[in-house]
Amino acid sequence: MAMTGVNNGVNVQALLDAREALKGAPEAAKFTWRASCKWQNGTHSTSKIRGFFGLGEEQSHKTETSFEADHPEIFASEDHGVTPIEYVLVGLASCLTAGVAAVAQNRGIQLRSVESKVEGKMDIRGILGIDSDVRNGYDDVKVTFKIDADASKPEIEALVAQSQKRSAVYDVITNPVNVIVEVV
Amino acid sequence: MTTVVIGAGHAGLAASHCLRGHSIDHVVLERGEVANSWRRERWDSLRLLTPNWQSRLPGYRYEGTDPDGYMTTREVIDFVSRFAALSGAPIRTHTTVTSVRRNDAGYHVATSQGDLHCRSVILASGACNLPSVPSLRQGVPACVQSFTPFDYRNPRDLPEGGVLVVGASATGVQLADEIHRSGRCVTLSVGEHVRLPRMYRGRDVLWWMDASGVWNQRYDEIDDLTRARRLPSPQLVGTPERTTLDLNALSSAGVALVGRLAAVRDGQALFSGGLRNQFALADLKMNRLLDTFDEWARSDGRDAEFAPPERFDPTRAPDSSPLSLDLRNGGIRSIVWATGFRPDYSWLHVPVLDHKGHLRHDGGVVDAPGLYALGLPVLRRRKSSFIHGAEDDARDVVDHLAGYLATASPPRR
Repeated sequence: MAMTGVNNGVNVQALLDAREALKGAPEAAKFTWRASCKWQNGTHSTSKIRGFFGLGEEQSHKTETSFEADHPEIFASEDHGVTPIEYVLVGLASCLTAGVAAVAQNRGIQLRSVESKVEGKMDIRGILGIDSDVRNGYDDVKVTFKIDADASKPEIEALVAQSQKRSAVYDVITNPVNVIVEVV
Repeated sequence: MTTVVIGAGHAGLAASHCLRGHSIDHVVLERGEVANSWRRERWDSLRLLTPNWQSRLPGYRYEGTDPDGYMTTREVIDFVSRFAALSGAPIRTHTTVTSVRRNDAGYHVATSQGDLHCRSVILASGACNLPSVPSLRQGVPACVQSFTPFDYRNPRDLPEGGVLVVGASATGVQLADEIHRSGRCVTLSVGEHVRLPRMYRGRDVLWWMDASGVWNQRYDEIDDLTRARRLPSPQLVGTPERTTLDLNALSSAGVALVGRLAAVRDGQALFSGGLRNQFALADLKMNRLLDTFDEWARSDGRDAEFAPPERFDPTRAPDSSPLSLDLRNGGIRSIVWATGFRPDYSWLHVPVLDHKGHLRHDGGVVDAPGLYALGLPVLRRRKSSFIHGAEDDARDVVDHLAGYLATASPPRR
């Protein structure tokens, strides 16, 4: 129930309507997200995102967005952009933040500010092949939220907990996913 | 025959009592004996989660000497059987229903002892006929033995060695605890769960559920009914000591907690890294419920009757919980799937199941004229999931059924 007077800029009614509509149309709920990536030079690549598939047809963002990825100079790279593993932090933080806003709107909680710091801890002996017992990716990811809202601390904690429960990025980070990589 | 009741457990017998009150001619069909699932489908140590004083059925209640205790399965069988005898329900035991179909006059009920025709049917065959085991069980290597709560009786049934218990509802925590006490290493895989203390402010937590009115909340007043109906059973155990069996108690005892079992891949069990949030959600929900109790006690002017409000320690996250376990290296010799139960409607040939196999019903009024259900979780009230919830549900559902019989066109011959 969207409370009157509370505005976090989320159209919760549209989301709830979509939820109802898709209950009876599971096929339309199947989305495919896409990115295309092109090697530039060294560890530098450029990825672009524009189109995706959903609600039974091709869809498109308003504009195409371009992402430069590279590695910092201490990795002997030219640092044309952020490290790919850092994009994962961007994905997680922005997904949880969007969730906090949506859940707050749905619960009638006015947000004033939502800030978070995300840290991923990683032992690079994994990617360098120094020790096969060390994994390549993050061992621990920590997100710290600072939220100013018209709500009690338990209510704010509940927002953050619920946003994790419904987060796509949190899910793909915490649970295994089938990944197929092929060459054509 | 006007009405056929399928199942002589607490729900079917409560229905029979109400049908008799309306002078509706009926029969109660039972595949085995009265309270059959309690006789054959329960592990040895199981006791009811509800205290004895709460156990009641229409015109019948617990009158023993231990009102605060929790019935063993033997005591439940006796309790339900005594009700059956006292109420004189017309039960046909050892009569298995093999098919229910609609016909012109109502329903055709085929059984192992012959066929019946009736105008209405009450499904009271239980919510827990089959263990629900996730399909990822297929990936478990052959060297690890699988058990469900239906083929587990006590820890002696398990092979020696480590045990992975999947699921942390009432079943999972109870089995993890007793298997751990048998001297085995137990790993408990924890997904979404409902945490409750056994006692709160000096009373049984289920006393609070009852007294504060939470249990009486009606199904049509619940925001997300689908969710309420599939909520896991609370982490409770009925023991004479009235101990709390939450995840803190289990991890203090030495049970290793891991995240939800997400996949079994190449012989590795992979667990979710989201364990902390499962803890946070359960702690927040428990505290909200305790707030509700405190609020009720205050507004009802009864605060002074109880010990002061208390809050329990948050669930402790393990310093490091493994994200995978190798199921082939001999560390884990058996898996107990405490992953829930589901009703068996394989004999119900009436199109009233949704795409997930759940019965389509509105508070027990099934989506087919003359067809009713009882004894399902949150059927008409939050308490519907428990034995004492059957009384009000049976009365409402049978009232509706009587109305249907009175207004529906008489059966064609």
